[in-house]
Amino acid sequence: MKNEFQVIAKLIEREKKVLDVGCGDGILMNFLKNNKKTNIRGLEISKSKVQECIAKGLTVIEGNAEKDLKQFPDKSFDYVVLSQTLQAFLNPELVINELLRVGKKAIVTIPNFGYWRIRLHLLLKGTMPITKTLPDEWYNTPNIHMCSIKDFFHFVKSRDIKIFKSLAINNQNVSIINNKNLVIKNFIADLGIFLIEK
Amino acid sequence: MNTENNIKTLIVKKPLKLDCGKTINEFPIAYETYGSLNEKKDNAILVFHALTGDQFVTGLNPVTKKDGWWSYAVGPGKAIDTKKYFVICANVMGGCMGSFGPSHEDPKTGTAFGTNFPVITINDIVNAQYNLLDHFGIDKLFSIAGGSMGGMQVLQFISNFPDKAKTVIPIACTSSHSAQNIAFNELGRQAIAADSNWKDGNYAYEKTIPNKGLAVARMAAHITYLSKKGLQEKFGRKLQEREDLKFGFDADFQIESYLRYQGSVFVDRFDANSYLYITRAMDYFDLAKQFKGNLADAFRATKAKFFIISFTSDWLYPTQENKDIVIALNSIGADVRFVEIESDKGHDSFLLDVPDFLSALKNFLDKSYIEN
Repeated sequence: MKNEFQVIAKLIEREKKVLDVGCGDGILMNFLKNNKKTNIRGLEISKSKVQECIAKGLTVIEGNAEKDLKQFPDKSFDYVVLSQTLQAFLNPELVINELLRVGKKAIVTIPNFGYWRIRLHLLLKGTMPITKTLPDEWYNTPNIHMCSIKDFFHFVKSRDIKIFKSLAINNQNVSIINNKNLVIKNFIADLGIFLIEK
Repeated sequence: MNTENNIKTLIVKKPLKLDCGKTINEFPIAYETYGSLNEKKDNAILVFHALTGDQFVTGLNPVTKKDGWWSYAVGPGKAIDTKKYFVICANVMGGCMGSFGPSHEDPKTGTAFGTNFPVITINDIVNAQYNLLDHFGIDKLFSIAGGSMGGMQVLQFISNFPDKAKTVIPIACTSSHSAQNIAFNELGRQAIAADSNWKDGNYAYEKTIPNKGLAVARMAAHITYLSKKGLQEKFGRKLQEREDLKFGFDADFQIESYLRYQGSVFVDRFDANSYLYITRAMDYFDLAKQFKGNLADAFRATKAKFFIISFTSDWLYPTQENKDIVIALNSIGADVRFVEIESDKGHDSFLLDVPDFLSALKNFLDKSYIEN
């Protein structure tokens, strides 16, 4: 399981009720179910991935986070997880609001557009950055609302959303982001993980 | 139509109070089973058939001599694997394959009930079938499954008996018949009523058969089971055994010939009054209304796992209506899975060889059975 998922799993205590938004083929779900006795649900837009989850015995519904989160009652999950998909929504702010309505807490991870490789790519090549985390060309990328760790940090503060924990991931290294090191972390991390609450 | 041979029947002794207010006693429920019930009696699946189905789910139907209606999904090694599971299916009340219905003899008159048969509901139908659990000594079913009207019975069953099934699979169905659904059913009923042989339902006494009306009802309904794309690909404007148009009202087009054939074979196996009664039961189905408009309340008492399946090209019970059930279940935190299967075979997709559907069904059942 990738490092990002291990970090997310560590943030979740045992026997909690969790919704994985954009759960893909259910790797994180399966891990939480088996290792943390999590009461885990998933929402996934791809039919084939939903099928894979069903075959693994996971409770997943086919749906679109921008339309289908509204069916879940307020604070009906302890945690709602959104891994690297915020940037693909038409209206990320609305999705964040929905995550925080449905979940007591939300765990959001974002590919960091402030990562130095991305900056360097644009600076030197003058073309849209392509990295391991962001492998698509500008014309076929699903990512339409990229942001940096700094952007997200400022965004949640301006919306009175509480940040419990913000973590920067760079390869295998995980470190804590705070106000003081924000500029550096925004430069060296390719992924940000935020535990937030409203 | 209704040969007594090959039909297993349970005579229900317990009186059943119907939604219409009447009570029935000592009525027959015809059923069939596949596979075998294990010692723990925890491998039983109750399958519910759709409007024109019957208890002969798979293999050769001994009455019609055709394949059972769910032969693609049910059988040894199939999605509902009869090597593992004990499959039970009953002919619905109001039907014409041995269960209590309008073609049964009314002891008061000595002839078929006809339209003197009480109007029944999906609720009555599942309450009648519930007696099969006692009959087999099954405390809790491993699963209940069905498509179309079968799915409506699944929903009603788990609402009525919340702790009697571990897994619940409503397929291509709705929790409430729409105006369009009712409209198509009414078209079928009026086609039957317009046949002079129908005789206000007393055709058994009059020794006539309203075959023409029933065939037209079937033709109209059959169109609703297919998608526009599916029809276009299969038939297009192809002509039926002729080089050119004949400038008449014979079946010039293959689609006409196909529908006429579907109508003609249907009347050999189905009773016109049964068609009226069962379509009426479907039209009356509104599960939310039974719970003062809150569908979620229908499922509040159950801990069962739900798997809801719809099909992209089904316009009779479209995905949104299936999703409404998912939404109701999620609103109460129920264990619900949902997938919309890509298929251009229309509403009938659940009866056909649609691999994505069959594998989803199999994976869900087998995985749930292991975790059971």
